[in-house]
Amino acid sequence: MYRYDELDQRLVDERVEQFRDQVARRLAGEITEDEFKPLRLMNGLYLQLHAYMLRIGIPYGMLTSTQLRTLAEISRKYDRGYGHFTTRQCLQLNWPKLEETPDILAQLAKVQMHAIQTSGNSFRNVTADQYAGAAADEIEDSRIWAEIIRQWSTLHPEFSFLPRKFKIAVTGSPHDRAAVRFHDIGIVLHKAPDGEIGFEILIGGGLGRTPMIGQTLRKFLPKKHLLSYLEAMLRIYNLMGRRDNKYKARIKILVFELGIDELQKLIEDEWNEIKDGPLALPQAEIDRITEQFAAPPFQAPAPASPGTQVRKLDNPAFDDWVRVNVAEHKQPGYAIVNLSLKGLGRVPGDLTAAEMDSVADLSDQFSFGELRVTHEQNLVFAHVLEADLLPLWQSLSSLELTTPNLNMISDIICCPGLDYCSLANARSIPVAGRISTRFQDLKRQHDIGELRLKISGCINACGHHHAGHIGILGVDRSGEEYYQITLGGDAGENASIGKVIGPAFSSDDVIDAVETIVATYLEIREPGETFLASYRRIGEKPFKERLYPEPNHAAA
Amino acid sequence: MTEEEQVALKIFTANRLSDGIVVFLCGDGSWTEAPDASGVIGSTDMETRMKAVADAAEEAAIVVGPYPIEVSNEGGDVRPLSLRESIRAYGPTTHPEFAKQSAVANKGY
Repeated sequence: MYRYDELDQRLVDERVEQFRDQVARRLAGEITEDEFKPLRLMNGLYLQLHAYMLRIGIPYGMLTSTQLRTLAEISRKYDRGYGHFTTRQCLQLNWPKLEETPDILAQLAKVQMHAIQTSGNSFRNVTADQYAGAAADEIEDSRIWAEIIRQWSTLHPEFSFLPRKFKIAVTGSPHDRAAVRFHDIGIVLHKAPDGEIGFEILIGGGLGRTPMIGQTLRKFLPKKHLLSYLEAMLRIYNLMGRRDNKYKARIKILVFELGIDELQKLIEDEWNEIKDGPLALPQAEIDRITEQFAAPPFQAPAPASPGTQVRKLDNPAFDDWVRVNVAEHKQPGYAIVNLSLKGLGRVPGDLTAAEMDSVADLSDQFSFGELRVTHEQNLVFAHVLEADLLPLWQSLSSLELTTPNLNMISDIICCPGLDYCSLANARSIPVAGRISTRFQDLKRQHDIGELRLKISGCINACGHHHAGHIGILGVDRSGEEYYQITLGGDAGENASIGKVIGPAFSSDDVIDAVETIVATYLEIREPGETFLASYRRIGEKPFKERLYPEPNHAAA
Repeated sequence: MTEEEQVALKIFTANRLSDGIVVFLCGDGSWTEAPDASGVIGSTDMETRMKAVADAAEEAAIVVGPYPIEVSNEGGDVRPLSLRESIRAYGPTTHPEFAKQSAVANKGY
């Protein structure tokens, strides 16, 4: 885990004191809201529907147990005893007071955390594969590169006023768990035929009102050139990205308007000017960062305890959990454990302060005192001894964090929606709750298999609905909540954008519509075929026919 | 007193600067968290006067972003008409144990 050096710490501490002064002046009426708003946003503080909302950055989703306990303490002391993990691997507090926010930031700084650049037209929290450093299919640990990018992009003086927000994701595995193709820049580690490891650079992906899949800008970039290449990309975007219309200001629009070939030429020309300059990464610096992500002290490979296998056979619930929520680790004898925050009755991504404390304790006991936040709003213990799976499952079960539903229909990505967000048109969380209730039979979920359902309360698509196998978008129809359904989206390595299936459904009808879609899939699927594979094989026709037996019956 | 033009019933709402909590403007110029206790506006003249009070409160760094919302008023039971404003007033509809609906009145949605 990367530890702040003296410079990092001073920068964050000074920023807290700057914000403390800005808040004091705002509360005293010395500066107006118009003057203050950009200052608070630079520190991750929004004013939402009910109250302020503080978005705390969690670089590449990695937390220590100490940091999680601090988040628990802050949420208890300054908020309402819970936090919400987001699709950018951040944590949002929904009820902080402006007058107490500087104290919150000061407490965060003590555990090397902050909220800088979690809002505004700047680089946002750099995200990565939640299995980084542990995945069996990993080429290299993506956190090393996410951290190097984080350092480069934090308070970068040339890019402090970008046309629009800017999101970067990194994966070190061919199996994309970080949705890199839906980021402004997506980075995929590759191994060349000669064994050299470098990066594929994707550009122009994004969701929102104009969803686009990132295109390959460069197939292979040597490691030492990562920052100079990113610098060249950002320079061209900073110069040429539109500033006249916020809806056309993301880099994806520049890619669309210029074309990938023309943009590539501009970027490569710029890069050739700077690539051997100060941004060329010295191997010593790469090594320094790499050391910060050294593997924990794994025990020598040992067979699972003799009783584990027997108890597993006697315990179908444990067996289901191992099969669904536990992933293969690259270290023999270890496993990756997913903690589902999507159990029945839970708000997707929410964790109470008490749960944070308990999870922190369990991470100390079972996973070297660290954990990960996933963009799908779950948590991960990355390094668990296989022999410890049973006692960990027993402990997590008492916290109701073992629902074996990873990547199933109830493992829903869900934005805060109209319950919290000032931009939303409709509620998201209650719809997620109703779907979870409707499909609460785990045997049924397991029979349905992988089915990723994602819900957004507005077209800004924080709930990634475009990338859902089933996507649900809340819309406002004359003051009523309606829900538009898309099918066939996917955020993985074969990314696709969901297609709108037809007119939107009322809040009363949308759960039945999901039921109809699932029933249709179960009828048409071939043995072993996932929902997405069935949809890609057959297309929308059978779903549409079942959803709309009479033309436009659900038109609103 | 001239006959005032009648308008839809309204109240002024804003977020309190210090903690961001949703508040409503009372007839005496103070702010309350309960819509029932707010000053219901029934005329354009009154709306103009209340807007001036709300704007002054923003200028004085008491509230942020005041604006009028339409309400119903059944015997003093003042409720926002739109879903968005109902959720602002009483929500969120999830986490009722954490939300202000437990501290004010549960009006439903």
